[in-house]
Amino acid sequence: MAETALTTHGLSPARPDGWQGIAADWSSDQRAFKNVSWGKAMMWIFLLSDTFIFSCFLLSYMTARMSTTVPWPNPSEVFALEIAGHHIPLILIAIMTFILISSSGTMAMAVNFGYRRDRVKTAVLMLLTAALGATFVGMQAFEWTKLIREGVRPWENPWGAAQFGSSFFMITGFHGTHVTIGVIFLIVIARKVWRGDFDVGRRGFFTSRKGNYEVVEIMGLYWHFVDLVWVFIFAFFYLW
Amino acid sequence: MTNVAIDLEAQRPSLHAHVHDAVAPAHAEGQQHPIKLYLVVWGWLFVLSTGSYLVDYFGLQGYLRWSLILLFMVLKAGLIVAVFMHMAWERLALAYAILLPPVLVLVFVAIMVFESEYTHLIRVLFFGAPA
Repeated sequence: MAETALTTHGLSPARPDGWQGIAADWSSDQRAFKNVSWGKAMMWIFLLSDTFIFSCFLLSYMTARMSTTVPWPNPSEVFALEIAGHHIPLILIAIMTFILISSSGTMAMAVNFGYRRDRVKTAVLMLLTAALGATFVGMQAFEWTKLIREGVRPWENPWGAAQFGSSFFMITGFHGTHVTIGVIFLIVIARKVWRGDFDVGRRGFFTSRKGNYEVVEIMGLYWHFVDLVWVFIFAFFYLW
Repeated sequence: MTNVAIDLEAQRPSLHAHVHDAVAPAHAEGQQHPIKLYLVVWGWLFVLSTGSYLVDYFGLQGYLRWSLILLFMVLKAGLIVAVFMHMAWERLALAYAILLPPVLVLVFVAIMVFESEYTHLIRVLFFGAPA
């Protein structure tokens, strides 16, 4: 009895009821992440869920590769290129890796200049990041074209286990989609930065909220995550 | 009951002050680190990527290959999450909430390793030709 009375007393006098009450109660001052804004926390939680998606892809690839009795195609050879008469193993994937890492570097610096309110440098670095990302997607398109011409399908390929094709298209396709979405978002945010939206407190599209330079950092979190996933794909799919 | 209510009231201002202390420094400026730090990490990521590419280029095989691949992978992932994504400067509540759940994926990995070895065994037994 005393407990109930205490709890009731602890509430501020007028709490809304019904659906509004549910929303109001869940959004009241209970914060687990004290110095992190809701936008940043939600991006992290989204990335956590995305981690599980890519984990499932890589796990299904591992299961397919471990359980097949047919030899697995050698990625070192499959992704080799002839450059100026030299046969270089896995070179295309290595270049793609360096491009994506470089885009992460420019993104990290864009975040830094954003917090320094240097909007021109921020926007330029973000557009550079987007350009590197687009280059990555372009090279991936080249890689897909090359493999499809050589007869790789989700159900068969000339070199060995049939699951190679399905794993390859699924994993790199999903990653490439993430990069493409990232490029689009980068351009959208870069435009806002360039226009000075975050300096003058211009209200954003759809939500009518005033943005600030933290949006650049949240965008960066997504972009670095795309790079992070590639680190794992590179290790497990291309190098293993 | 009244006493408790008074206590709560008395605590409230100090709580608020405390929360504000925690919020103010991080929010006022955002994440501020020297550009040099990012360039150094960028350089290290290049070095580590080159390392993992050379593993394939020199055709290392077996446990040496796998352990080197995993080592370079973990170092690269750690640098990206810690510095580029600023996790090193976040509070532990956030770091643990985000970084611990993926570790549980390792349990899933273990389950699927057993499962695929079983499948492989059955395929060898009933469909012939082992790989």
